[in-house]
Amino acid sequence: MEEIKLMKGNEAVAEAAIRCGCDGYFGYPITPQSEILETLMALEPWKTTGMVVLQAESETASINMVYGGAGCGKKVMTSSSSPGISLMQEGLSYIAGAELPCVVVNVTRGGPGLGTIQPSQADYFQTVKGGGHGDYKLITLAPASVQEMADHTVLAFDLAFKYRNPVMVLSDGIIGQMMEKVQLPPHQPRLTDEQVREKYPWATTGKHGRAKQNVITSLELRSEEMEKINNRLQDKYRQVEQNEVRFEEYFCDDAEYLITAFGSCARICQKTIELLRAEGINAGLLRPITLYPFPTETIAQFAKHVKGILSVELNAGQMVEDVRLAVNGVTPVEFYGRQGGMTPTPDEVVKALKSKLVK
Amino acid sequence: MTLEEIIKPENRIYGKTPLLTETPMHYCPGCSHGVVHKLIAEVIEEMNIAEKTVGIAPVGCAVFAYNYIDIDWQEAAHGRAPALATAVKRLNPDNCVFTYQGDGDLAAIGTAETIHACNRGENIAIFFINNGIYGMTGGQMAPTTLEGMKTATCPNGRDVSMEGYPLKISDMLAILDGTCYVTRQAVHTAAATARTKKAIRKALENSMNSKGTSVVEIVSTCNSGWKMTPHQANKWMVENMFPAYPLGDLKDR
Ligand SMILES: Cc1ncc(C[n+]2csc(CCOP(=O)(O)OP(=O)(O)O)c2C)c(N)n1
Ligand code: SF4
Ligand SMILES: [Mg+2]
Repeated sequence: MEEIKLMKGNEAVAEAAIRCGCDGYFGYPITPQSEILETLMALEPWKTTGMVVLQAESETASINMVYGGAGCGKKVMTSSSSPGISLMQEGLSYIAGAELPCVVVNVTRGGPGLGTIQPSQADYFQTVKGGGHGDYKLITLAPASVQEMADHTVLAFDLAFKYRNPVMVLSDGIIGQMMEKVQLPPHQPRLTDEQVREKYPWATTGKHGRAKQNVITSLELRSEEMEKINNRLQDKYRQVEQNEVRFEEYFCDDAEYLITAFGSCARICQKTIELLRAEGINAGLLRPITLYPFPTETIAQFAKHVKGILSVELNAGQMVEDVRLAVNGVTPVEFYGRQGGMTPTPDEVVKALKSKLVK
Repeated sequence: MTLEEIIKPENRIYGKTPLLTETPMHYCPGCSHGVVHKLIAEVIEEMNIAEKTVGIAPVGCAVFAYNYIDIDWQEAAHGRAPALATAVKRLNPDNCVFTYQGDGDLAAIGTAETIHACNRGENIAIFFINNGIYGMTGGQMAPTTLEGMKTATCPNGRDVSMEGYPLKISDMLAILDGTCYVTRQAVHTAAATARTKKAIRKALENSMNSKGTSVVEIVSTCNSGWKMTPHQANKWMVENMFPAYPLGDLKDR
């Protein structure tokens, strides 16, 4: 049954979470994402699906509640915005180290520090390069619409359990706050305790007749053993890189110039592409949907044919570094960005592309 | 009796309870941690809840608690055990859930998680080993270190004008409406150990019966950190720790 509703990106996350059988949400209010917790509290899913919703005392507590719930094989999530996500970094590192599935939604705002409550993409580095301590990776999805806020919530859980790895949905204040039509995902029942024990034999559910105890830990003091764990994690990340790259092409086939942009910024750049084409400049937009794993190979292929690439971001130039690594000097790569909560107009990007690349 | 006769199973009057694993404990001889582990294992067995109990280990000397008691465990980040326990219990309400934490873990870095879990009345038991020092990291000052007590980071003794006062966190937790049972015990004598065991049992029963949060503080020795023999440490604890942290129930609702 198709159900199309008009709602905010943040509300879509909450609705999608309940519908996909999420067992628990733990979060702390922060603008511009408080509607996720507010919507969940208003919908009272504990009365319908049995989902637990709890306002924690801090983001530190939220992510550690997520750690505890994920350790029991439950489908658990949290959400926050940039400063709160910074507080979660230790917990995320533990969750990655203990190889637990969970979903974290970051509705990013501008920093550093308390910064601004306006949208930003300045948490790209923090998200895709680590953020917390140790060598680990967060699978990162970058929604560009309210529809994708819902879809990525569901997809994030699937990927989290497929790889037993935390998944970050890296959104921003625009996508979180704007209202669009959305088709909500179908209802999936929550797993029963018996199903959890059967599907996730590693989970600390209480032994319930299991011969061996289960232990959720990231601790290994023997270096030879720890290195094996590190290598196993790296093998997993290579698998993720092979299987899970997602991106969207917009007028890329005959493009002479390529724009790379993700999330809300990609929405703005769609218009830029139309304006450029109206002027006779064949430009295309490559929108990474997964920021980690990054569409390195695709960009490398395009680099062979285009006259130049412009990375457009709501930050001081972060994803552009990954674009440059992919391009490896084959074609010029330039950057255009706005910061502090400012967003470029499509015209501004047209001008930037022409002045930086079209000689 | 010959030695052979003494060690015959039928003549044994004291033994390892089966839920304790065969793994040799890494604790210093004389340390309270090992005794408390044994009591927890015994109570879980006596209550017949090993199959549905989940323990949350701390960062501290007890970080490897999961190697010693044969139940499911999660190993938390430093101070965060009550947050993990909150989710584990809420998502598995039929389980018995407890945390096991030192004074640095519970009363310094994890103060917020401790207070808020207790204030929400999470149906968990908190076992709190107060040895007045950071054992694991080599004997630095803890929030519970006594006035004048020497540690690696207060080598001339804790100066309250600079470092503040010993934190009586169990007293604070006892005034919260979410706690149902807060008690302070020790394991330095057979009688004290028996009382601690009763307290542990009550706390785990409260978790099973969803009565709210139980806190069992065990005033403990860290003979290595205190740089004493186990015997001296027990004596020092009685003379110095007990006046600051008097034993007995702070709350039983
Ligand atoms: C975030 C973080 N900070 C500091 C440490 C280092 N650390 C490990 S254990 C510990 C103190 C443990 O003391 P306590 O909780 O009293 O336990 P004990 O060893 O005395 O039983 C510290 C500071 C850490 N592991 N993580
Ligand atoms: S250092 Fe102290 S707390 Fe740690 S095992 Fe040794 S005696 Fe026990
Ligand atoms: Mg201690």
